[in-house]
Amino acid sequence: MAHAPPARHLLRAKDLADARYAEQLEVDDLARAAGLSKAHFSREFRRTFGESPYVYLMTRRLERAAALLRNTDYSVAEICLEVGLQGVGSFTTSFKRMFGMTPTEYRASVPPASSQARVPGCIVRAYARPQHRTIREDSAPTRT
Amino acid sequence: MKIANAQLWVHDQDEVLAFYTEKLGMEVRSDVTLPEMDDFRWLTVSPAGQEDVAIVLMAIPGPPMMDEDTTQQVEALMAKGFAGTVFLTTDDCRSDYEQLAAKGVEFTETPEERPYGIDCGFRDPSGNSIRLTEVKLPANV
Repeated sequence: MAHAPPARHLLRAKDLADARYAEQLEVDDLARAAGLSKAHFSREFRRTFGESPYVYLMTRRLERAAALLRNTDYSVAEICLEVGLQGVGSFTTSFKRMFGMTPTEYRASVPPASSQARVPGCIVRAYARPQHRTIREDSAPTRT
Repeated sequence: MKIANAQLWVHDQDEVLAFYTEKLGMEVRSDVTLPEMDDFRWLTVSPAGQEDVAIVLMAIPGPPMMDEDTTQQVEALMAKGFAGTVFLTTDDCRSDYEQLAAKGVEFTETPEERPYGIDCGFRDPSGNSIRLTEVKLPANV
């Protein structure tokens, strides 16, 4: 088998973080994908990509969490699980470190998701129509 | 003019959401339930890294939004496999096929060589057709 340059192994780990951040992925899993020991992997990853694999994975998760806070009405706990994190407490701490505010404060600082959803006018008109079922014309007796 | 969203009818929004995110690896772009619109749920997904275009996973409405006959016609078309189709591209069709098949995705066509590349097809849980194509570079066609 041809020997692949080290960066290719590292890229495989980086791709894994990008593709499967929503699962319970740890740096150990990334190191395994690269075929390196954890310490060696972390060092090589940082040297190649300029940040540690932990930070890379965490920023990927937090970027997604921020998008879900902006664009969905999922609860903070649901979003935490959705991006592969287990504890809401540590999620909140990491989020605040990166965005300078808690997930709840972040959501409150942006327009509500419902106002951002591009629900087309045809659907709004159809669903928001008052559902009167006793309009006089319908119930009026037929003249004979 | 650009494509923003295109819509698929779906039977169960939660079921197809799990399919598009957990099996195909797409991301939720928008998921909002609007109480003022009879709990209408605006749900869109698209591939990671392609945030400017999304598939709307639209529940089939019943009366009064859609009359009973039309609802049944839409459901019948879906059951026969003649509702929507999404065309996706990939860098490696055979590898994706192996991974998706291992996750239990229901394939209608295994990867085959075509003049334009390698192509396969599968269905989402609502019966919508999805084509997955590894497009040959123009120089190689």
